[in-house]
Amino acid sequence: MHFVVTIENTGETFRCGEEDNVLQAMEQLQRRGIPVGCRNGGCGVCKVQVSEGSYTKRKMSRAVISADEEASGCVLACKIYPQSDLRVEVVGKMARAIVAKKSMSFDFGFATATAINQPDEEK
Amino acid sequence: MALTGVLRPGHVALRVLEMGPALKHYKDVLGLIETARDDKGRVFLKAWDEHDHHSVVLRETDEAGMDYMGWKVASVATLKKLATDIEQSGLCTDLGWVPAGEHPTTGERFRFTIPTGHVMELFAEKGIVGNNCGTDGENINPNPWPDGLQGISPSRFDHCLLYGDDLDGTVKLFTEVLGFGLAEQVMAGEDKSFMIGAFLSCSNKAHDVAFIRQPVKGKFHHASFELGSWEKVLHAGDVLSRNHTSIDIGPTRHGITRGETIYFFDPSGNRNEVFSGGYIYYPDRPTITWWDVELGPAIFYHDRKLNEAFLSVFT
Repeated sequence: MHFVVTIENTGETFRCGEEDNVLQAMEQLQRRGIPVGCRNGGCGVCKVQVSEGSYTKRKMSRAVISADEEASGCVLACKIYPQSDLRVEVVGKMARAIVAKKSMSFDFGFATATAINQPDEEK
Repeated sequence: MALTGVLRPGHVALRVLEMGPALKHYKDVLGLIETARDDKGRVFLKAWDEHDHHSVVLRETDEAGMDYMGWKVASVATLKKLATDIEQSGLCTDLGWVPAGEHPTTGERFRFTIPTGHVMELFAEKGIVGNNCGTDGENINPNPWPDGLQGISPSRFDHCLLYGDDLDGTVKLFTEVLGFGLAEQVMAGEDKSFMIGAFLSCSNKAHDVAFIRQPVKGKFHHASFELGSWEKVLHAGDVLSRNHTSIDIGPTRHGITRGETIYFFDPSGNRNEVFSGGYIYYPDRPTITWWDVELGPAIFYHDRKLNEAFLSVFT
């Protein structure tokens, strides 16, 4: 069974099977919007707040998702599997990358003029 | 013996979310060899050409990342001396001894937390299980590699790249107390005086550990395993793709250390690397300096740009 996932930040929508995690479905359909990191529940860059819909989930690292966050629907897109249509808002630490313009400045904790590839979802 | 003091990275202890998928990754895909499990559920593994009992320790828990990295030192006397030196340096916190046997076949370990927040250990003794290459007894008339290798099958656990805030303190510890050389550094600022990356060697390798300055404590970027050639790095890419392993970037080359590399993730999101190449480091080799404006080719020499994941994705 397939459901529709809507990324509220961008309005992007894509279909996701109940056996697929949301991030995987987005990548497979060449869609953009949710930053892609480790894809395995550890790094937290695909953190989303689910505002509508139901899903099942698999284990995600407590270092990036607290128990309270998980209970309130703040989860990793790579570890949730839709049980209905979903609306999600990207809130991870790379969320700035999808809402900022290309003139954005990166601040990684040190001053650097290094050229950084725009993340995939901006290309 | 010319190589004294700290000999090499001895083990890395990683946290995994689920042991089953982790073992499929580290044994079947990466190709490490399981050598023990303990009553805490930890699994101990080694790469094929390592003689010591284990170099990777996996522990299932609720968050990913690195518990600690262990260093083998030349002798028990060296261990005692370095423990005293570390204590007297005042650079580290949470100093203490882990009793012998807490890791299987391993002597006591001196544990300490370094200024970037990472837990490190020194140890002198670990059981030797060999590399299974000998034909007329262990290490007698050996074959160049053993039968039964799985997956990528790197020869050894080689180094870690770690992220933390007090880079200056950690570099001071490794160079002035632990005897490492600074093989390469990345410098920022108008006068290139602000260090943002340090690649440190205790051996003839281009690095045994590296640190990048980030406003975090104790974070893990990757654990790296050595392959014998660029072609084996390409083969690793094939093995990873056919197993649907999450690949980060590569195969490509690092400007820093000149290593040929592929980055990928274990099933808990901990980054792994397999790499080949690099140069021979001697303590009198001049330190290589990269400027921050050239950080792109320093990290990914072909793309000449960082991907954002390099700096943002860690556990």
